[in-house]
Amino acid sequence: MRYKLLTAALAATAALQFAGPAAATDLEVTHWWTSGGEAAAVAELAKAFDATGNHWVDGAIAGSGGTARPIMISRITGGDPMGATQFNHGRQAEELVQAGLMRDLTDVATKGKWTEIVRPKSLLDSCTIDGKIYCVPVNIHSWQWLWLSNEAFQKAGVPVPKDWNEFVAAAPALEKAGIVPLAVGGQAWQSSGAFDVLLAAVGGSDAFLKVYKDKDAKFAAGPEVAKVFKAADDARKMAKNTNVQDWNQATNMVITGKAGGQIMGDWAQGEFQVAGKTAGKDYTCLPGLGLNEVIATGGDAFYFPLLKDADKAKAQEVLAETLLDPKTQVAFNLKKGSLPVRGDVDLNAANDCMKKGLAILAKGAVIPWTDQLLSQDTQKQKEDLFAEFFAKPELTVEDAQKRFAALIASAD
Amino acid sequence: MHTQGRDRTALTQPADEMSKSERPNPLFRNLNAKVASIPMILTAGVVFVGGTLWTVLYSFTNSKLLPRLNFVGLDQYYRLWVTPRWLISIENLLIYGAISLVFSLVIGFLLAALLDQKIRFEDTFRTIFLYPFALSFIVTGLVWQWLLNPDFGIQHVVRGLGWESFSFDPLYNSSIVIYGISIAALWQGTGLIMCLMLAGLRGIDEDIWKAARVDGIPMWKTYLFIIIPMMRPVFITTLVIIASGIVKVYDLVVAQTSGGPGIASEVPAKYVYDYMFFAQNLGQGFAASTMMLLSVVIVIVPWAYLEFGRRK
Repeated sequence: MRYKLLTAALAATAALQFAGPAAATDLEVTHWWTSGGEAAAVAELAKAFDATGNHWVDGAIAGSGGTARPIMISRITGGDPMGATQFNHGRQAEELVQAGLMRDLTDVATKGKWTEIVRPKSLLDSCTIDGKIYCVPVNIHSWQWLWLSNEAFQKAGVPVPKDWNEFVAAAPALEKAGIVPLAVGGQAWQSSGAFDVLLAAVGGSDAFLKVYKDKDAKFAAGPEVAKVFKAADDARKMAKNTNVQDWNQATNMVITGKAGGQIMGDWAQGEFQVAGKTAGKDYTCLPGLGLNEVIATGGDAFYFPLLKDADKAKAQEVLAETLLDPKTQVAFNLKKGSLPVRGDVDLNAANDCMKKGLAILAKGAVIPWTDQLLSQDTQKQKEDLFAEFFAKPELTVEDAQKRFAALIASAD
Repeated sequence: MHTQGRDRTALTQPADEMSKSERPNPLFRNLNAKVASIPMILTAGVVFVGGTLWTVLYSFTNSKLLPRLNFVGLDQYYRLWVTPRWLISIENLLIYGAISLVFSLVIGFLLAALLDQKIRFEDTFRTIFLYPFALSFIVTGLVWQWLLNPDFGIQHVVRGLGWESFSFDPLYNSSIVIYGISIAALWQGTGLIMCLMLAGLRGIDEDIWKAARVDGIPMWKTYLFIIIPMMRPVFITTLVIIASGIVKVYDLVVAQTSGGPGIASEVPAKYVYDYMFFAQNLGQGFAASTMMLLSVVIVIVPWAYLEFGRRK
């Protein structure tokens, strides 16, 4: 008892000493947002957090999620945790949570009524493990977009397609005009992501869920998925002259009219904006490839490692609240080109494509994304398969589907 | 400060007493040397042997992001050997290994033999040939990525000179990409091999050359049947250096192609890294690294047996 009193007294003096506006606590936040638009967006988060009297120490890790995640994870498991860190919400940090290395945010969430404000509900579900909330979703990024260059189609003398099938039909005309019909960069995640988009668009949402959620290997080997592989075969033939690696280089081919289109997530929109292009006039966006208008609720979230320092723990709570603040949500997502996670904010400044996305979201036509459904291990195997499929014409559609089904059978 | 000083003398005293003791205990002979080697023994024992055993043990578990002792038998190995990417990696390693081994030995020895003809400006040539070795594999990889890029590199230059149909883009062609990577590795590595060979050649007694000349043996025969067999230790050193470079090749591939196009230029070390850190599957990565170790052991053990076992 006496000991407790003593501690309380000490804590009180400590609190007195540090009271006042100078109580700024430094909180290091790691993330992999380093491209122009991304850096501008993250600056909004830092600004909002600094306004609370704390200090955002930026820990940007260049490369991509693939490069950054191993660094973040080894810092957390190695006993040098940062104040907060970005992950894609879903299963990337699952094991860190299970090992008790991450902070339980349930109290903050209950106080802020997160379950009521965050939509769609699946976002918070993927932050929840064993009934406890471990992360703050900050945005929704959907992969389901086909970006088309109006200029390229004009040059080829064909109308801008309204869906994937018209696009495939227009490919020969584009090729004749010296335009690469479909730009797919060489990095493995791009070809794998393009296939997932085709699966949800050509196969439909049910097929997508049957394969990735139920992990139904028999269905994955069946005729419906065969149709998707046929579409993927079209895609790889249309993409065979793309000689670039990075996604933004591929997007740039669409911006400059060297390529007809690209299947890429809504983050590509930032590139069009930076290049000063207008949606509808210079480029066209087709959500769900124009076939099945759904969007997937992938995206980014912040996780908070368990810290011993009480001041920092307090600052973590402040940051968690700041991230979901309506003003921060609007400022951040406008710059990022993603959709906000709360439905009660006003996005008048959004462009045409973002508005299309918001309308689909309001209708509730959403599916969970592979980050939420599959382990990183399965994702990597899938990437290996589709990187090979897109780069190697000798790999037949039948063989690829057989390997895909085997992969789904062993997926977790 | 004072306490520290006292501690130190207290620690060293017993050791001094022991070394002064008159009994010849073999354990304490050369005590200084033995004490000095303790850190290395610990490093070798704990880090190398301990780490290896730990890795092998955990390769039989289903560890994902964090190591867990949940044994699953040979599952990881079974999965490894049906994975197309691993099989491609092994095939690439064999091709790359054969090319590096043969060509760096042959080119390295030829260059050394040519430099050994008492030519002028030997130092200059030696420096030029050895220079690429000063570059890291990452830099080498980037340089050759540009040289072999069809839009900027060799193909572009030759086409600019008028040969419009000239085509040379090994890094963008799945079936020959591993040869493109080998070119860069040879450019980087042969200089060192040349220097080792040159040192070996200089170690050969002049009298042997004189004797061979007196006997009228042609120069190439002298090299092939007298000098090379005499250079056996140098060749073994070189072989070990080249072989270890082959098994661990990773950064060169990352810098040149990052495994592409598709997965056509993947190598085992990259598989290990990708599955341990990107795929968050430690068990699979450990299984792959154990297979790499096993392949080295399979080569080293019979050779060591022949080399060292015979003499006894």
